[in-house]
Amino acid sequence: MKFRTRAIHIGSEPDATGAVVPPIYLSTTFVQPGPGDWGAFDYSRSGNPTRARVEKTIADLEGAAGSLAFSSGMAATHCAMGLLESGSHVVAGCDMYGGTYRLLHKICNRNNISVTLVHADDAAAIAQAIRPETKMVWVESIGNPLMSVPDLEQISQITNKAGVLLAVDSTFVPPCILKPLDLGADIVMHSATKYFGGHSDCLAGALSAKTPELHRQLYFIQNATGGVIGGLEAFLLHRGIKTMELRVREQSKSALAIAQWLESHRSVARVLYPGLASHPHHQRAVRLMGDQFGGMVTFDVRGDIETAKRLCKATELFGLAVSCGAVESLIEQPATMSHASYDPAARAQAGICDTLVRISVGLEDPEDLIADLDRALAIAGGA
Amino acid sequence: MTSSSNPKSELGFGTQSVHAGEARQKPNDAITDSICCASTYTFESTQSILDYLKENHDREEYGRYGNPNEKVVERKLAVLEGAEDAIVYSSGMAAIVGLLMCKLSAGDEIIFFDQCYHRSREFCVKHLSRFGVVTHQVKTGDMGAMESAINSKTKMLVSESPTNPHLTVIDLESFVAIGKRHGIETLIDSTLATPYNLKPIEWGVDYVWHSATKYMGGHNDLLAGVICGSTQKLEPVRRLRGILGSINSPHNMYLLERGLKTFALRMERHNHNGQRIAEFLESHPRVQRVYYPGLESHPSHAFAKKTMKGFSGLITFLVKDADWKQTAAIIDKCKIPRIGPSLGGVESLIEQPMVMSYFDYPSEQREQFGIYDNMIRMAVGIEDTDDLIEDLRQALEMP
Repeated sequence: MKFRTRAIHIGSEPDATGAVVPPIYLSTTFVQPGPGDWGAFDYSRSGNPTRARVEKTIADLEGAAGSLAFSSGMAATHCAMGLLESGSHVVAGCDMYGGTYRLLHKICNRNNISVTLVHADDAAAIAQAIRPETKMVWVESIGNPLMSVPDLEQISQITNKAGVLLAVDSTFVPPCILKPLDLGADIVMHSATKYFGGHSDCLAGALSAKTPELHRQLYFIQNATGGVIGGLEAFLLHRGIKTMELRVREQSKSALAIAQWLESHRSVARVLYPGLASHPHHQRAVRLMGDQFGGMVTFDVRGDIETAKRLCKATELFGLAVSCGAVESLIEQPATMSHASYDPAARAQAGICDTLVRISVGLEDPEDLIADLDRALAIAGGA
Repeated sequence: MTSSSNPKSELGFGTQSVHAGEARQKPNDAITDSICCASTYTFESTQSILDYLKENHDREEYGRYGNPNEKVVERKLAVLEGAEDAIVYSSGMAAIVGLLMCKLSAGDEIIFFDQCYHRSREFCVKHLSRFGVVTHQVKTGDMGAMESAINSKTKMLVSESPTNPHLTVIDLESFVAIGKRHGIETLIDSTLATPYNLKPIEWGVDYVWHSATKYMGGHNDLLAGVICGSTQKLEPVRRLRGILGSINSPHNMYLLERGLKTFALRMERHNHNGQRIAEFLESHPRVQRVYYPGLESHPSHAFAKKTMKGFSGLITFLVKDADWKQTAAIIDKCKIPRIGPSLGGVESLIEQPMVMSYFDYPSEQREQFGIYDNMIRMAVGIEDTDDLIEDLRQALEMP
């Protein structure tokens, strides 16, 4: 069965009631057959029927040995970092979500875990940064917010050879476009709040593991640390996944049209979108992702920080907000919003400048969205 | 501050599906609407109650009269349908009952085309009759018969378009013309078409009815009904709903609003899958006949092309030389569509109308309704088209 069919049916198999949509289990605890005699579920942190269903669907869609659902993307990322220990070293792509940067530099460092940031689209730089104590390479399959595209095939060869885990944050590239595990990654992380949920109404994270052993290790950490998704959110997430392929296909189509339009706009200095021929790794993106590149587009407006701010405030259809991947289009300024948790110097070094604007293209009619950006760019009055 | 934005009609259907009817800036600056579960709403003081009663402020009072989640959905549905107003109910049947109980009194008459949802027929024939309302049924699409059945007591003309399960598309121009000629209101059950494909209001129909459980909710996880029409005509209907109490719940309304966000996308896919699968079935040697308005062979293909943008996902077909058990065997062999009633969700469903809806009827009466033993109804979902066709192909293989 193909992706869309599996998204709808795997994990939604009928139960005893015949319900076409499985019931939502909010139960925190489950009655056991006898002392020390455990049923399928015992306590909802350890496992919950509604969560188990959505985990089954995600594992199937990612081609994983198993998946785990969390209360947020950061809870999932934190769980993956739980595989590290004191003295471990991580090589991470510098084009990285601000929250992951903060976790690595301000939380994981407390456990004597060190990080080296490199440009993830340069596989040689990753190879060079690997040290004997390196335990994990963490890259985003499309970097946030600079839209860098690492060569996951090449990187996985490097990590395999070095005996290092390759973990991929694929939040910008859902599995209907790219499956990092198929390209050799060991773990794939999604902020499932984004394309998976898709409706801006449930926080969720997901980890998918290539091997049963890695799944077992991650499950142990999830159960021990407890950042699990609740029953209601698991239901909403599952509901969202059913339309994910349709949504992402439409969002990719609209985003490409908008990126092309932006590229021709005189107030726009530079557009970063892997689907554009002008993207430095466009060919690589085509090889890895085919003809869809998701709904995220970043661009530099001509002008200064105030121009970018005026633009973000002037749109009517694009809501001014962080997050992405949902039905509503959003606009934001990474320097002051999604990536404000970077140290300013590190932000500048990564290339996240003040005139950078990030949009998440939703399901509105692309002509309406272009008209909105056109109006807002005129109001912002770029140089 | 909640500045209400009702995107203008020139915005695309996809944009309206996502944004129409919602406040641009919501409480606590949330991007999505909150779910307001309150059963009752409080007033600051006695004076504020008096002001509310006197000035008819637009605010909530008691949950049976309305809630914020229901109102957002009503505004969104009105915009999508091109109607002034919309009233949402706890189910599709609650909606039609709410409308007819309001508009009809003892001695009034109502005329239906005979292809219709069997529960609508049952309500009119068995229950409205107890209140002295007379129901006439005439052959579907026979405008002459409908006009002949009109007399001075006739209050409403009713049809589905397309009809269930025969997918007959009504010539809305003639239907509305009869109503206008005689000063009688018209009602279209547009559940199978949805406003993505057809807007009966644009053709002059007075009331549009949907089981919003179907394509509007779209995920087989909520029940809802809606009546769309002019503010003036719907005002007493809304008041009656407040008395009868068939309002929907805030939780459901949130799910319906969420479902509507992908409405345009889903309908595009239902239309695509429906057309492809209908064509596949028509070319299959075991299939005797396919009822789908997008096929040139369908008797109302011309009206369908004239009124509809696409033809949705409901397909009915007859299996060649099969009795009811042989027909059932095909259904039982399907691996993707689940067996069950309803339609319009992301999951495909399949059923045999003779078993699912008409099992208790004598066979002569079933034949009279055009329900044959070898009839299968498939509600095509949004799964991959080729997966569905492959599944039907294996199910239709000779045993």
